[in-house]
Amino acid sequence: MKQTLDLKRSSTSQTRPILRERGQREVFCGLTGIVWLHRKIQDAFFLVVGSRTCAHLIQSAAGVMIFAEPRFATAIIEERDLAGMADVNEELDKTVSRLLERRPDIKLLFLVGSCPSEVIKLDLGRAAQRLSTTHAPDVRILNYSGSGIETTFTQGEDACLASLVPELPEDTTGEPSLMVVGALSDVVEDQFARLFESLGIGSVRFLPARQRATSTPIGKETRYLLAQPFLGDTARALEARGATRIAAPFPLGVEGTTAWLKAAADVWGVDPEHFETVVEMPRARAEKAVQRYRSSLAGKSVFFFPDSQLEVPMARFLNRELGMSLSEVGSPYLHTHHLAEELELLPEAVVLSEGQDVDRQLARCRDAQPDITVCGLGLANPLEAEGLTTKWAIELVFTPIQGYEQAGDLAELFARPLVRKARLAV
Amino acid sequence: MQLTVWTYEGPPHVGAMRVATGMEGVHYVLHAPQGDTYADLLFTMIERRDHRPPVTYTTFEARDLGADTAEIFKRTAQSAYDEFKPEAMIVGASCTAELIQDDPGGLAKTLGLDIPVIPLELPSYQRKENWGASETFYQIVRNLVRPVEKRRGRAPGERSCNILGPTALGFRHRDDVREIAGLLESMGIQVNVIAPMHANPDDISQLGLADFNVVLYPEIAESAARFLEKHFKQPWTRTIPIGIGATRDFIAEVAEICEWDEPDFGRFQSNFPWWSRSVDSTYLTGKRVFVFGDATHAVAAARVAAEEFGFEVVGLGCYNREFARDVRAAASQYGVEPLITDDYLEVEAAIAEAEPELVLGTQMERHIAKRLGLPCAVISAPVHVQDFPARYAPQMGFEGANVLFDTWVHPLVMGLEEHLLGMFREDFEFNDAAGASHLGGHGAADAIDTDISDRTMHWLPEAERELKKIPFFVRGKARRNTEQFARDRDLEEISVETLYDAKAEYGR
Repeated sequence: MKQTLDLKRSSTSQTRPILRERGQREVFCGLTGIVWLHRKIQDAFFLVVGSRTCAHLIQSAAGVMIFAEPRFATAIIEERDLAGMADVNEELDKTVSRLLERRPDIKLLFLVGSCPSEVIKLDLGRAAQRLSTTHAPDVRILNYSGSGIETTFTQGEDACLASLVPELPEDTTGEPSLMVVGALSDVVEDQFARLFESLGIGSVRFLPARQRATSTPIGKETRYLLAQPFLGDTARALEARGATRIAAPFPLGVEGTTAWLKAAADVWGVDPEHFETVVEMPRARAEKAVQRYRSSLAGKSVFFFPDSQLEVPMARFLNRELGMSLSEVGSPYLHTHHLAEELELLPEAVVLSEGQDVDRQLARCRDAQPDITVCGLGLANPLEAEGLTTKWAIELVFTPIQGYEQAGDLAELFARPLVRKARLAV
Repeated sequence: MQLTVWTYEGPPHVGAMRVATGMEGVHYVLHAPQGDTYADLLFTMIERRDHRPPVTYTTFEARDLGADTAEIFKRTAQSAYDEFKPEAMIVGASCTAELIQDDPGGLAKTLGLDIPVIPLELPSYQRKENWGASETFYQIVRNLVRPVEKRRGRAPGERSCNILGPTALGFRHRDDVREIAGLLESMGIQVNVIAPMHANPDDISQLGLADFNVVLYPEIAESAARFLEKHFKQPWTRTIPIGIGATRDFIAEVAEICEWDEPDFGRFQSNFPWWSRSVDSTYLTGKRVFVFGDATHAVAAARVAAEEFGFEVVGLGCYNREFARDVRAAASQYGVEPLITDDYLEVEAAIAEAEPELVLGTQMERHIAKRLGLPCAVISAPVHVQDFPARYAPQMGFEGANVLFDTWVHPLVMGLEEHLLGMFREDFEFNDAAGASHLGGHGAADAIDTDISDRTMHWLPEAERELKKIPFFVRGKARRNTEQFARDRDLEEISVETLYDAKAEYGR
């Protein structure tokens, strides 16, 4: 529909054209983040205030349903709720009370805004305040928006974490501490915690914490390291609390992980030799694991449709560690400041695109005939049927891929569709 | 405001997508924000479709709300027309766009496209997926059907019908249509149009040519059938041919509409009657089944369960209120309380309470049954990827009956195995907690045994041990019956004697 090619100046003084498009977007909205956040933060519950579409989206995006009663639900707005604002607030209060009665284990409740709740201007911030008073001190009630008119897929996590930051207690120790920001799988978190400990980086906290998510202290001596590239609002909220960002590439692949750890080590003044000693073994292991997939991937081309904002670091990994060429790297949003270190590592000639007009992008993809197309679930089978080989983007969000021990797994996720295609004789 | 964990039905525009995706040559322009495109994956992943659904979304954002979302709609509709060159277009709004009241129908009209453009009004805050599909199909029929000159002849080969109701993402619609079309053709009836599935706008315009309509899925096609009845004097079938009895009734109903004599059923073959009558199936007798699904499939399944498997229906319900009346009528026939709800937790509680030996339900009841450690077979939408088998597996007609026999019996512990479990309950590797041996032992949990006991009732240890020897799927019932028996007689404690007295009183 609308297409603009403009020059955006990145913080690295490097200029690179970015293709910006508007039109139909084939991406999830921010509500989808609840699928992993509700497993990550174990004492929290997510109540979407929205429509039947919202409820249907979350259960469909999850693909498989969780057998147990999940720690999320939807308060579905009905016709009579639209009659007047007083009614809808009253209904919401009743719904929350009903929920808390049934689930007395809930300690932290997120009211999650949606497209309909925003269009009718339902003030969930005020609702959260009001309900917090009613249900204090047993339950803390926060709110954020996961609506499609405001957020794209992983931005839901950004909004959720940003809502958590003002609740965190002040760190009064005066000691420097490291905060790793962004939901990671538990196994990855534990690996990083061990590495930081071996490096001698003292107090390390993870946001969000698995338990008691509102109890992670923060202060002027907090240095934070982003584990995910989609946390713009969270970063702003952390800085408002006095924390300082450690700029680094993201911990995908061997190179990214090393640079990410090194950035923190340098701030803590870790002796370079000691750093080498600590990372030497896991790094060698990771290099070996990645190497195994190089033969299937080197020289192949990859095309990214926008999905999770992880596209740039993944493209960097595939290009530099596996020798793949990049047809197009599409992302729903390019946070050029947080991605500065990543963008510098990408080849000069790469096509970067932001936003989407899916039909135009499909036309470019068909022209490019990439060896692998990374795309959402709505596009994968249709493209396979056209003869392209695809990788579901969502698997890259629902799989532990960060850090040394997962670098090989990440490579394998891209190699598998090619291996499969080569095996099949039907 | 309704607190919902899982939903049985999507919003009404997903129903409209099911109609558009089933058809050919139709494109749907949907005024919707980013995120609503999730619905594409229902078709491309769950149903494994190799094409994107024919839907273009406007993808408006918050910053557009103050500006001109109507303009975005018009631009999107125009570019969808240019890109996909459809023969007809349907236009409408999803839940969010409904609130901003842009009037997609009116806007599309201003574009002056040279194809039929059908506006849809699907109230998202009142209605759900099936209603949306029904309304969409009705509007398409109403807008596209043309007056026709009908041929008249009564002899076999001169009668024709339409088959109405199958859509994309329907439970076994693909195979039901093939089975029933074959059945009708073998009766000497021509199939004029199948719709919405496989039909293009031109086919829809020809619907009036048929003598009558076969309605396979009333949830989707009843309102269109009523419209066609009014305007083309086409009668329509009420019987849903699921199971042997219903299929025979269906054939008789069709023959009556055609003004033919009662057909000779001997020509029609199915293994079902003999499979059910053969002695191996004796163990199916009186098995307690809980049936839940859309009203049409639930009522049909209950009849098959009761009359053709010899099961006992201990629960019957549906999630679509619009058709609750049929379920109420059927439930009273089986002497059970009808369960009309789309609250998944309520269904779970009702199943736990009824303690069935088999659950016939939807994808949701499969989860409930797994949690409760009960065998389950899927009989209705909502469905998941496993419910789109590669093989031909209709639910309807004579082959459909064979499929029902196989799929409902498969999850159960087989006859002799059940006896052995009853005889040697303490075998360490072959016991009822290990589940059916041909299913890789999913370990039927004691889930349904918990929290139903009256804690004020004192069980003597020996009686408690004896109770554990009763197979898990009837243990809860035995416990409750015994406690009721004891209460009725003011007994303070339950002994082994009480247990067997109660057993004699209530039977199994």
